[in-house]
Parts: sequence; C-alpha cells; structure tokens
Amino acid sequence: METTNVSMTVNGKQFSANVENRTLLVQYLRESLGLTGTHVGCDTSQCGACTVHIDGLPIKSCTILARQVEGKDVTTIEGLADGDTLHPMQEAFRENHALQCGFCTPGMVMSAIGIVDRNRDELDEKTVRHELEGNFCRCTGYHNIVKAILAAHKDMTT
Amino acid sequence: MYDFNYKRASSVDEASSSVSNADEGKFVAGGMTLLPTLKQRLAMPSDLVDLADIGELVGITVDSGSVTIGAMTPHALVHASDDVKNAIPALSKLAGLIGDPMVRNRGTIGGSISNNDPAADYPSAVVGLGATVHTNKREIAGDDFFTGMFETALEEDELVTKVIFPTPEKAAYMKFPNPASRYAVVGTFVSQGPQGTRVAVTGAGPYVFRQSDMEAALEANFAPESVESIKQDDADLNSDIHASAEYRAHLVTIMAKRAVAEANG
Repeated sequence: METTNVSMTVNGKQFSANVENRTLLVQYLRESLGLTGTHVGCDTSQCGACTVHIDGLPIKSCTILARQVEGKDVTTIEGLADGDTLHPMQEAFRENHALQCGFCTPGMVMSAIGIVDRNRDELDEKTVRHELEGNFCRCTGYHNIVKAILAAHKDMTT
Repeated sequence: MYDFNYKRASSVDEASSSVSNADEGKFVAGGMTLLPTLKQRLAMPSDLVDLADIGELVGITVDSGSVTIGAMTPHALVHASDDVKNAIPALSKLAGLIGDPMVRNRGTIGGSISNNDPAADYPSAVVGLGATVHTNKREIAGDDFFTGMFETALEEDELVTKVIFPTPEKAAYMKFPNPASRYAVVGTFVSQGPQGTRVAVTGAGPYVFRQSDMEAALEANFAPESVESIKQDDADLNSDIHASAEYRAHLVTIMAKRAVAEANG
C-alpha cells in the first residue's frame, strides 16, 4: 500500500510518520505516535470520545484523515497538563468527580475547553448542556461533568 | 476504510481538473458526511480531491442587500459571525443547529448543499431565501440547484464556490431535530423579502421543497394563523424508524407556524 509522509505538531512537538491515505487522524495518534489517551468510541462521529484540538478548535479525530492535518497544530489530552500540574479543566473534573468509567473523559475534557473558549464572558448550565451535544457519556454521569465545566470556567476566566 | 488516492488542490481549476481526470473523483470539503460515507462504503470514489488549501473559498461578506458565504466556510464561523447575525439572524441560527460543535468546526456550506442530504439544514435556507449558488462554471438559482435525493444540478467536475443570500425583511428557521444525529426530522425556513414569500421544507421529503399553499396564505397575511390549518400532503414524504410520513406532514405545519411566529418577532 502506498504511504505518504505526514508531519504535524502534536502537543508542541514536531512528528512525522508514513501513513496510508485512508489513515484517520485518531489512528495516526494512537498507532503511529502511541498517544492512546484519545479514544475511539463509535467511529461514526457521534460520541465525541476522539475529540482533539486542531489549531485550537475541537474536532472529531475519527472523521478526519491524517493527511488532512498536514502541517497543523494538534493538542490531545496528553498535551494539557504542565508536568504534574493538571490543566484547570482536568483539575475541575478531578475535584467534581466528573467521571465514572472514564472512557468518554478525554473527549469530554477537550470539548469542554472548547465550550469555555466560546463562552468566556458568560457560561450557564443550559449552555454547557447544549454544547455537550457532541459528547456521549454512557454512564450518564453528565451532572458532575456540567458542574466541573462551570467550575473550570471560573478558574480559566478569572 | 478502502484504499483511495488523495490530493490537495491549490486552486479551483486544479481541483476541477483533478476530479475530471480521475476514474471516479470526488471533492472533499469538511468531510463530515463524506468520511462516514466512505467508512461504510456507501460511496467508493477512486480519488479524493481536498479543497482545504483554496483560501478564496473561505469567507463571509455582508453588504446592504446580501450575505455571501464562501463554499468552504465552516458552520461555526457562519453561526458566530456578528455580520450574519445582524443581516440574517435566521441563517446564523440555522448554522448553529447543524450537528454538534465539533462537526460545525469542520463542516461547510458548500459540502452540505452539494451532498444534498434529505435532512440537511442548509438546503432549506438556500431555497427559503431564494439564494444563488455560484460554481466554477456558472450561477444556479437556489430553486434549480436541488434536483433529487442526494442529487443536485452540479456536474461531476463542477464545484460550489460561494452562495449569495439576498437579505430578507423577515425570516426564521424552525427545526424538529433527530435527538441523536441532530439532522432535521422536519425543518421549515420561512421568509419574506426581495425573493417573495417563501416556505422551504427540509427533512420531510426526498429533498427540500417549497410549500406553495403556505406561501400563498402568508403572502396574503404573514401570520402564524395563516398556516396553522394548512395540511401538508404526506403522499411523497419520507417514512422511516424516526418518523412516519403522516407525522412528518403534521410537523411541517407545526414548524411553519412556529417559524412564522419567530420571524414576526
């Protein structure tokens, strides 16, 4: 199978690897780069477990080819913490126990940062619930997730 | 997924010729529908030609009489644009109801209307506002652009470059979304303005259509009461596990009535 070299910045570091045209970004992250924090839940762009940031915007990495991300800047869940210091959104998820089995958590955290970015001036519970429409928690633990996002919004904007 | 060729085009002309030179070429815009389609092998083009590097296809321009949206402009930008919000609030609202935030960051207006999914949102705005679709070859009136389920007037190597929406006096979009996919079970776009009085319905039939009985009633009196007793014929409507044709017909009236109320403010 023909492969092409694809380069991108992932979590601040430059990576390149040979991929097939059909390789999805999430496969590239998990299989070529070993960054398995990004999960594949549904593989049909419904569940949001594969959410990463591309040039600062949340994107479902199961629905974009690695080649479409050539030259772009990707952030995954592994790139959020600063050493042992968690990102404020991760810290809020920990404080509020915003996870049960944890499978959806990486995507929830990446999406949640997007929610704060889009609503820096003001964020209420209704908006959080609405904007979480692209992420499924099959433990149905939304209540604490919403609490965590509202708490992180305070931390991230003051 | 199956194996295919992938190419990034740097200009509209290059994209068009790449698709015509391929065995079975297909443009990829945001890929939010195309990639899931490829995964399921519902379509198996030999070549994907990516439009992402063609900067001239992205952008929003608003002037006194119209809103122009570049084909590769993502839904999130249309939704967040203050210029669009001021000129055609219904269009901004519609863009914010498509899929979810991640899908809106990638999905584009050009991709949406070229795919012409029966339950897509944008076709209702193109027809409901009497927009004009510009391609690399010609201009196509919104009323003539959509020709069948997943079918448009586009030729194989023809691509949408921008859509120009005339600014209406009033307009609104009301959608009954499928709770899982957020696609429209039924969506109704109503407007009154330079393109006359329009009621465009998506989700209900094989592709977007104008509800002429409602348009005539609203022409006489643009009020919710004008449409509440007009029944949509369910003969040619979609019927699936989400909603029967009869239920969709019922929703057309409800959504139209609510849209008119919203358009009147």
